[in-house]
Amino acid sequence: MQRYSAFRLALEALRGHGGWQPAWRDAAPKDRYKVVIVGAGGHGLATAYHLARDHGITDVAVLDKGPLGLGNVGRNTTIIRSNYFTAPNIRFYDHSLKLWENLERELNFNVMVSQRGSLNLAHSDGQRDLFARRANAMRLEGVAIEMLDKDAVKALCPLIDVDNGRYPVVGGFLQRRAGTVRHDAVAWGYARAASARGVDIVQHCEVTAIPREGARAMGVETTRGFIGADKVVLAVAGHSSRLAAMAGFRLPIETHVLQAFVTEAVKPLLDIVVTYGAGHFYVSQSDKGGLVFGGGTDGYNSYAQRGTLPMAEEVHAAGITLMPALSRLRTLRQWGGVMDMSMDGNPIISTTPVENLAVSTGWCYGGFKAIPAGGTCLAHLVATGAPHPLAAHFGLNRFETGAVIDERGVGPHPYLH
Amino acid sequence: MLRITCPHCGPRDEIEFRYRGDASLSRPGPEDDAKAFQRYAYERENPAGMHLEWWLHVGGCRRALKLQRDTASHVIGGAGEP
Amino acid sequence: MSPHRIAGRDQGAPIRFSFDGEAIEGRAGDTLASALMASGVRLMGRSFKLHRPRGVVTAGPEEPSALVTVVRPGRRDVNLPATMVELFDGLEAHSQNRWPRLDLDLMSVTGRLGSLFSAGFYYKTFMGPQGAWERLYEPLIRRAAGLGHASTEADPDSYEIVHAHCEVLVIGSGLAGLSAARAAGEAGRRVIVLEQDRAFGGGALVDGALESWRSSTLAALSAMPEVRMLYRTTAVGAYGHGVVAALERVADHLPEPEPFQPRQRLYVIRARRIVLATGAVERLVALANNDVPGVMLATAARAYVNRHGAAPGRSAVFFVNNDEAYAAVRDLKAAGIAIAAVVDPREPTPIAAEAEAAGLPVLFGHEVTAVRGRRSVAGVRVRKRGTMQERAIACDLLGLSGGYSPQTQLAAQAQLGTAWIEAIAGFAAIGPSPDAEAFSAMIPAGAAAGVFGRLEAARHGAAAGARAAGLASDPAQPPAEAREPAVPPRRDGPIMPLWEVRGRGKAFVDLQNDVTADDMRQAAREGYRHVEHAKRYTTHGMGTDQGRTGGLVGAAVLAAAQGREVSAVGLSKPRPFVTPVSFGALAGAETGAHFKPERRLPLHGWHEAHGAVFVRIGLWLRPLVYSGGDTSWGPVVAEARAVRSGVGITDVSSLGKIDVRGRDAAAFLDRIYANGFSSLSVGKARYGLMLREDGIVFDDGTTSRLAEDHFIVTTTTGKATEALEHMEFHAQCVWPELDVRLANIADHWAQFAIAGPRSRAVLSRIVAGLDLSNEGFPFMAAGEAIIAGVPGRIFRISFSGELAYEVAVPAGHAAFVWDAIMAAGEPDGIRPYGLDALNLMRIEKGHVAGSELNGQTTAADLGLGRMLKKKGDFIGRALAGRPALAAADRLQLVGLHPVNKARRLRNGAHLVSAGEPKRSQGYLTAACMTSEGPHDWIGLALLEGGHGRHGERMIATSPVHDEAIEVEIASPHRLDPENARVKA
Repeated sequence: MQRYSAFRLALEALRGHGGWQPAWRDAAPKDRYKVVIVGAGGHGLATAYHLARDHGITDVAVLDKGPLGLGNVGRNTTIIRSNYFTAPNIRFYDHSLKLWENLERELNFNVMVSQRGSLNLAHSDGQRDLFARRANAMRLEGVAIEMLDKDAVKALCPLIDVDNGRYPVVGGFLQRRAGTVRHDAVAWGYARAASARGVDIVQHCEVTAIPREGARAMGVETTRGFIGADKVVLAVAGHSSRLAAMAGFRLPIETHVLQAFVTEAVKPLLDIVVTYGAGHFYVSQSDKGGLVFGGGTDGYNSYAQRGTLPMAEEVHAAGITLMPALSRLRTLRQWGGVMDMSMDGNPIISTTPVENLAVSTGWCYGGFKAIPAGGTCLAHLVATGAPHPLAAHFGLNRFETGAVIDERGVGPHPYLH
Repeated sequence: MLRITCPHCGPRDEIEFRYRGDASLSRPGPEDDAKAFQRYAYERENPAGMHLEWWLHVGGCRRALKLQRDTASHVIGGAGEP
Repeated sequence: MSPHRIAGRDQGAPIRFSFDGEAIEGRAGDTLASALMASGVRLMGRSFKLHRPRGVVTAGPEEPSALVTVVRPGRRDVNLPATMVELFDGLEAHSQNRWPRLDLDLMSVTGRLGSLFSAGFYYKTFMGPQGAWERLYEPLIRRAAGLGHASTEADPDSYEIVHAHCEVLVIGSGLAGLSAARAAGEAGRRVIVLEQDRAFGGGALVDGALESWRSSTLAALSAMPEVRMLYRTTAVGAYGHGVVAALERVADHLPEPEPFQPRQRLYVIRARRIVLATGAVERLVALANNDVPGVMLATAARAYVNRHGAAPGRSAVFFVNNDEAYAAVRDLKAAGIAIAAVVDPREPTPIAAEAEAAGLPVLFGHEVTAVRGRRSVAGVRVRKRGTMQERAIACDLLGLSGGYSPQTQLAAQAQLGTAWIEAIAGFAAIGPSPDAEAFSAMIPAGAAAGVFGRLEAARHGAAAGARAAGLASDPAQPPAEAREPAVPPRRDGPIMPLWEVRGRGKAFVDLQNDVTADDMRQAAREGYRHVEHAKRYTTHGMGTDQGRTGGLVGAAVLAAAQGREVSAVGLSKPRPFVTPVSFGALAGAETGAHFKPERRLPLHGWHEAHGAVFVRIGLWLRPLVYSGGDTSWGPVVAEARAVRSGVGITDVSSLGKIDVRGRDAAAFLDRIYANGFSSLSVGKARYGLMLREDGIVFDDGTTSRLAEDHFIVTTTTGKATEALEHMEFHAQCVWPELDVRLANIADHWAQFAIAGPRSRAVLSRIVAGLDLSNEGFPFMAAGEAIIAGVPGRIFRISFSGELAYEVAVPAGHAAFVWDAIMAAGEPDGIRPYGLDALNLMRIEKGHVAGSELNGQTTAADLGLGRMLKKKGDFIGRALAGRPALAAADRLQLVGLHPVNKARRLRNGAHLVSAGEPKRSQGYLTAACMTSEGPHDWIGLALLEGGHGRHGERMIATSPVHDEAIEVEIASPHRLDPENARVKA
């Protein structure tokens, strides 16, 4: 792998950038691999990287029906955080945060992890109590979090109208280690690092069938021919149900669209991530200067990677209510990503009814921040056959036993999540 | 934005309706065991294509309707009463 | 007159404005760009990354370079294309992205170091040490990036969203659009025409030969009452099913909106058919220094001359690869601008040859290799194609035309296809698709569909309009010729696809984001070969202009770097919005206090007049305590004590109320609730528990049977909407065979709880038709009665743990009945109590509420497991029995109190044991000061295996408050566990 550095950049500048090599090998598929990972998104690529790095398994192919990294890893609002409530979730997501903190040096690729802090707002005493409860859960797990009162919120983010007419702000909590990451770069960085360790990244290779022999998958049938595999891994976000159907089972997953928006680039306006739960609105400013923001899901099953008008109206109204100064700022683009909504709002990193087929799905709208830990844990499951201790609660059997994790208490109705 | 034709009220914007999920599932009965209910409550075909689904016209007549909709293209095949 | 104005052109009245503080005079009808041009200003901005000097390139919304900030009192708008800013008296505009000044920008050092700032340079450096990104690199990058400084003040203007319906929506008012509108209008259809410009006509506005057609067509359209024409209105998004969003800039051309006038208006248009007549946008050619002020698209130069009488230069070179562009050359020449050369890489075509014969210096088979000049074009270098020998030609304007790209963004959004059309070297909208009826309902016409030529576009538009109107061909129609422009058919020779001329110097494919052809090649070299990868890696096409002038050019360079055709590489997916849309317009009027509807109780006014402190719960405003603003515990405890010792009244009208009738009403409720209702006698109420199908508690409430086939269900306030839908869904979809009908009566009935040992005495004074004695109307009785003369319902139920009644009356009589109860209770000292006292009393009694019904608890967790029916089906029956839902270490409801009773309990605290201080074993769900001791605290909690841990001592810890206090676990039912009081 060609190492990136300021020195290399200066050198290439002198010679017209003619010496840069491809970031990853665009491989043609071999006949057989030890592990075939379907889906070259954040989780698929991170899993390949960790199989190679942690377990020495490099006979791995990552297949994607299109170019890598154009699913949810390239469509999300780039937020990383670990402010969960249940202890197993706090541990898992905080492990992810720790991996993010060193990812640039790990991958030799600047994914621009920006630990600028993430603020959640409370609008009543009752909500503040709930935040305190969550913050205390985090503190008991050794994760730093601060409660802020109204004045501290105002001081931290003057754009917020703490006295707004609908849901005035009484306080909030701030996780300073949370922040944002340059999302596309995560896919590229993992692809480059995995490729350098010998993983084949096969783009434009769509899986069309998963032939089985008894309880085992033989490999995958693709638009570029059959590829045999000792183990098959599905990491295809909103398309998990379709791939599972090819392998002959159903998942507790519905596919829903989550929308996001970006404004024109402006000079620094907002230095932290702000989440306005009462208005289903969250926002941060990218390094390029655009405000990146989003809202809730559309509320019905959809595979359409695009936005809708009612959601645009709702999200922008919430934005102005919270931050009146945004009113004259202009939104450039609106888009949607297809989410694999699980029935308890928590991910599934699990073995399946097909013996040698593992799945990473159910990330709902929180998959991006989990990429480093998700890749670590899925690689562990694939390599060892046993769940990683941090992801032991993400098994598929929880729906049968009742050990669901439903942090938000919404129940098996993704359209309400 | 979906425009859904309610059999009672005519074409209306999606925001008047509440989605209620897969209409091809039927609830198991008193004789059925937890496994059957587990399938009903959790497991979904979740197709990328034509999907039979329930919508409640909560912003109108409050009647339920069964809609055939392509989840990938949003082309609506038809709507009818339960 | 300014030497940059063209003599003899109509000039509007003078208008004063300023640019970077300098006072300038423009003319009515000018845009900021034309006014600056006419006063000799060329340098209008600095580029995003390299801070290179930039001038105006286009005459429309596709402008990549001339972006300005416009300041009005209390208002600041950034990144506006000067081409779209209409001049008004007193306009104050500023350049952007420069420091300290536009002409002396010290940040332009980045331009000098430009070779370092190649595509994706930031991914390859700034990688450590940890923390350096946030503290050092990121702040520098953020400050250097961005364009204008956005306002940090609230916006004084208003916005509105309006809904419109039509049979035919025509987007664009050029030759195709107006022709389509006329055809549809003459067929009697309801038509809406959208035009982004301030005038209708599109290309006809800059073509003198079309003026009479334009005015006669507009006259015909204005005579059609069913045709509505909207100008300054851009279709910004197509959402399928015939829905289009359009932004009208109502008052942006004024110093400020008129009174009661919105600044902008978002139209949500529902159309049966859409004619897409959005035309085409000219594209640039990548060549060295193609960003120097004075390099302009040929059509733009023509527009400034013909529409504004502004001279884009004095001596022009044109570099064109198509015949359309010769119209611009001719018009500039006619306006007295010297044509130094027309550089055309093609062999002579008939039109080009005619131009040469008419005296224009055309250099066939030549190409421009570079632009000379730094802040303004000083000349170009030209060579014969295939040779190396260059020569310089002096000029101050380079008119570029690399062809025209159909504007197909809306077509792609509506899922219509696009196809490569060789004859125009571009992607055009094709269609209508087979799905058109069902989804896109869109018919592309004219240049958007790849049909170039004036007559051809008009005819294509007319046909599209007729088709949209549902006409095949109508013989009764007068001959179409009368409606067509009097121009000859198109006889243009072929375009020569020409994307780039390789030379020395930066050749931009995206002027706004400073992306060069070399950047595209580097992206390809590094493996970012797909157009979406290259876009994200280089930022090509991601600016406010969405790369409309250079998008295809960049894609072509990317394709060439891989030895592929641009038609195979394609364009990145266009998403809404076609042009940027303000937050204000998308939000409309529903912001601030109007963001969500606010629900008020029928007695809101009374509560307010009696000192209620309100709390916002969901959409509701509910009285928390009647204290005149005091939010300490004192008034709350006083209210609760009043109830416990005498009588109080509280407004519970926000509860969900559902009227359930039908032969199978009882059977239906048996299935909806986990406990049974068919066994409930008429005239009785029962506490009911609803589960979700997964076995978790969904909601609770009391349900009363008024007749064999008639029940009144109440739900919690928080779940009122969901519970109603849950019941409606099951009644209509799951058990349609049951004879049951539901009516939502939540808003029709006001409901009050009258609680306390004196409640019977008080109510007895005003209730008629019902024996309220303990025998006549025992605990859990329900019945109809006349209350203060108003027919209503009375339920003997209690949330407080005291003898209590709930009274329901039609909401319109709420104030009358409430006042009557207050009057009747005066001798007993009745007082209103709020939500805090209500909550306090239910904690003392150990009743569960929303914080325990949190979507995670089972009936057994809450100590209500015995309520589940042993026989018969109900929602949640099967899955409630799963093993993990019966595990011994589940979080179970307990009561607790501090060992030192006066220590405050924190609602956010967790329970830990002294031996394991870091492991949460549960958490408090409710805490309050009691009505008993002077300052005693009690709480409820969910605790691992809590049912078996009464009497145990634990620590309630709240690290965020730095508190840890010792507590004792107890039964949640502290007050009157035998229920003697409620039955008294």
